[in-house]
Amino acid sequence: MAHSGYAIELKGISKAFGPVQANKDISVAVPKGTIHGIIGENGAGKSTLMSILYGFYRADSGEILINGTPTTIPDSQSAIRAGIGMVFQHFKLVQNFTVLENVILGAEEGAMLARSLSKARKVLGDLSREYELDVDPDAVIEDLSVGHQQRVEILKALYRQADILILDEPTGVLTPAEADHLFRILRGLRDQGKTVILITHKLREIMETTDNVSVMRRGTMVGTVKTAETSPEELAELMVGRKVLLEVEKAPPTVGRTVLSVENLSVTDEHGVIRLKGVSFDIKAGEILGIAGVAGNGQSELLEALGGIARATGRVTLNGADLPLSGAGADGRSRRAAGIAHVPEDRQHLGLIMDFAAWENVAFGYHNAPEYQKNALFMDNDALRADTARKMERFDVRPPIPTLPAKSFSGGNQQKIVVAREIERNPDLLLIGQPTRGVDIGAIEFIHKQIVALRDAGKAILLVSVELDEIRSLSDRIAVMFDGRIMGFRDPETTDERDLGLMMAGMTGKGEAA
Amino acid sequence: MDYATLLQLLDTTIRLATPLLFACLAGLYSERAGIFDIGLEGKMLMAAMASASVAFLTGSVWMGVLAGIGASLILAGIHGLASITFRGNQLISGVALNFVASGITVLVAQRLFGQGGRTPPLEGDARFAPITLPFAEALRDVPILGPLYFEVISGHPFLVYLGFVTVPLTWWVLYRTRFGLRLRAVGENPAAVDTAGISVVGLRFAAVAITGVLCGLAGAYMATALQAGFGREMTAGRGYIALAALIFAKWRPVAALWACLLFGFFQALALRPDVVEGVLHFKVPVTFLDALPYVLTVLVLAGFVGKAIPPRAGGEPYVKER
Repeated sequence: MAHSGYAIELKGISKAFGPVQANKDISVAVPKGTIHGIIGENGAGKSTLMSILYGFYRADSGEILINGTPTTIPDSQSAIRAGIGMVFQHFKLVQNFTVLENVILGAEEGAMLARSLSKARKVLGDLSREYELDVDPDAVIEDLSVGHQQRVEILKALYRQADILILDEPTGVLTPAEADHLFRILRGLRDQGKTVILITHKLREIMETTDNVSVMRRGTMVGTVKTAETSPEELAELMVGRKVLLEVEKAPPTVGRTVLSVENLSVTDEHGVIRLKGVSFDIKAGEILGIAGVAGNGQSELLEALGGIARATGRVTLNGADLPLSGAGADGRSRRAAGIAHVPEDRQHLGLIMDFAAWENVAFGYHNAPEYQKNALFMDNDALRADTARKMERFDVRPPIPTLPAKSFSGGNQQKIVVAREIERNPDLLLIGQPTRGVDIGAIEFIHKQIVALRDAGKAILLVSVELDEIRSLSDRIAVMFDGRIMGFRDPETTDERDLGLMMAGMTGKGEAA
Repeated sequence: MDYATLLQLLDTTIRLATPLLFACLAGLYSERAGIFDIGLEGKMLMAAMASASVAFLTGSVWMGVLAGIGASLILAGIHGLASITFRGNQLISGVALNFVASGITVLVAQRLFGQGGRTPPLEGDARFAPITLPFAEALRDVPILGPLYFEVISGHPFLVYLGFVTVPLTWWVLYRTRFGLRLRAVGENPAAVDTAGISVVGLRFAAVAITGVLCGLAGAYMATALQAGFGREMTAGRGYIALAALIFAKWRPVAALWACLLFGFFQALALRPDVVEGVLHFKVPVTFLDALPYVLTVLVLAGFVGKAIPPRAGGEPYVKER
């Protein structure tokens, strides 16, 4: 076969799941030795396409060429043989195995382990020197950080002599520093002649890392462009099919009276570890207070204490009235009655019941609302479904079908259901955690607009997010949390990423300014 | 209690621990691969009936053992089909198979022999004879160790020794072979196995088949070595005791040996109320001693012996995602 300059060529790939056409006539060519981005909203068909490439699904039609040779990939074993390695979004590691054991699993040399282990130990040593992929080969996976676990996944692929490495949303779980390290590794791999395919919905990563980028929308390939010749705005427009505002438009705040006042709030978890160490702040009406910080520095506990889920000590007043922090009255229902709405960080565990229909999910927390009751005994499910349909329409939830279970919606639409449920109750205070985690770009714009609209209506908003960009564009005031404490307050207009980053790492940046 | 009595007690412990050990290791393979098997009891019972029947009809204990393994494998195959191929609930499948075994064994034995659901007593070559280990007689008079060797270690039927050899063998398979690595992996995270290009279904069926073979040996031992024939419900909950021992041992083969010996020791005590009375200086009701292994089982299962973390993918059928 003639030697082509492409590591992968896909020609006319189509794949349908029942009536849903996940991939429609996809053609794309990935040049050897490049980092190729594939970008698209959730549900655009990126993952399906990559699953076809890795042998999880067979395409209904179309052709795959690897290094110019037509190849069929009926299973993962064939994909591995063809030199394709895959790093999944959710790692496929055995948690209580060592790094070495995970690396050799499925690529053993013969029926006995001893030889495989010693070979892998040597190869891993070479690989880690070559690509900055240092991991202790004898460490047990569950003791490793997420970033290190991801390196193990990359090592697994390289150990199987992958020439083409596919990474599915690799930075979703990484800290900014870990992500930077990952991109250095990927560039190193490219410079050694490997081909890297990076699937993501984060425009910034695409712009910083890739050589070329292909954009998918609703199962089709919209186009492939050189990264150097495009812009985030153009990519966003290609992804969504219309112009998208990447910056949040908001007027200067009109601040009113103090809505929430928090004094010396502390939370101790069930293991006796103090997670929140005496936090104090106020939020005024018409103000968004953004809490920045690396995940796990007490932000979750702050939300849970205010939302009535976690027991806490200290003093919290809402509109001047004390809120109980433990015992009777310290629960979600009382908080809602007091005028607090809560969009939890983890919508799939705390925000929704995935197997329940959208209309049932919309009732949660508000199931005692008078308009949902038919009489003293029965709920008015018809009214509830009609109300859900209205909310879905106003929040552009797609598809707008109240009877579909929550798990059938994309991440962005699930989040819209939760946000609709909470915001539509017109709360005095909105607690919102990671509002756009796993949410695609069109929905991000929409959710941001809703948050700003609520603030403009004179409500107080506590925003917790690990996305620094989100915090900076939405907040009227930023508090940075580290190790259960607030390191300081900043004005988003006058601070910069470096200043915030230092505080997130526990160092107090330039002097205090509240 | 004198030394001779202690040796008798230990001898009985080993005889009674053997079926537990086979069943416990059987469960270990299955559960390490992520398939919970509450049906150890049923497989043992089927194997006991099949081995006793065939051994009686052919006059060969070896044919009996083969039949026992075969019968147990059939149930294991059904459990595999239900829980691996059709992704059914593993507990329900196991319980159902226990009911089936409980009924069908008596039915078949009654149909074949017409003796109220038992098999006729096995004699001669239809039953395992004790093996006297080399030098047992010669060393008998060596103080302390001689009687220990003669009474406790020597003089058991073949299957007892096979059972004890299976322990290090299982350890070696689990931790030193490719098959063992994959088996442990599929019980922890089948998705990791799948993406590595290995068949999850194939591995799990292999594990379930090993479970079938070992349960077959457990049942055959009950009917052709420990006792001389099959009787209704003769396994008397040993499948469940083996499960408790497995949890007690935290799914590790060597610990499983000690757990089974402990349960075996309690069962041996129940046979010797006089010894218990001699040690404690008061009379313990026999019914209480009989209940001891089961009480211990309940305590183990209720988690009174510390936290045991089962294989993470245990009990969950594997569905390929995306």
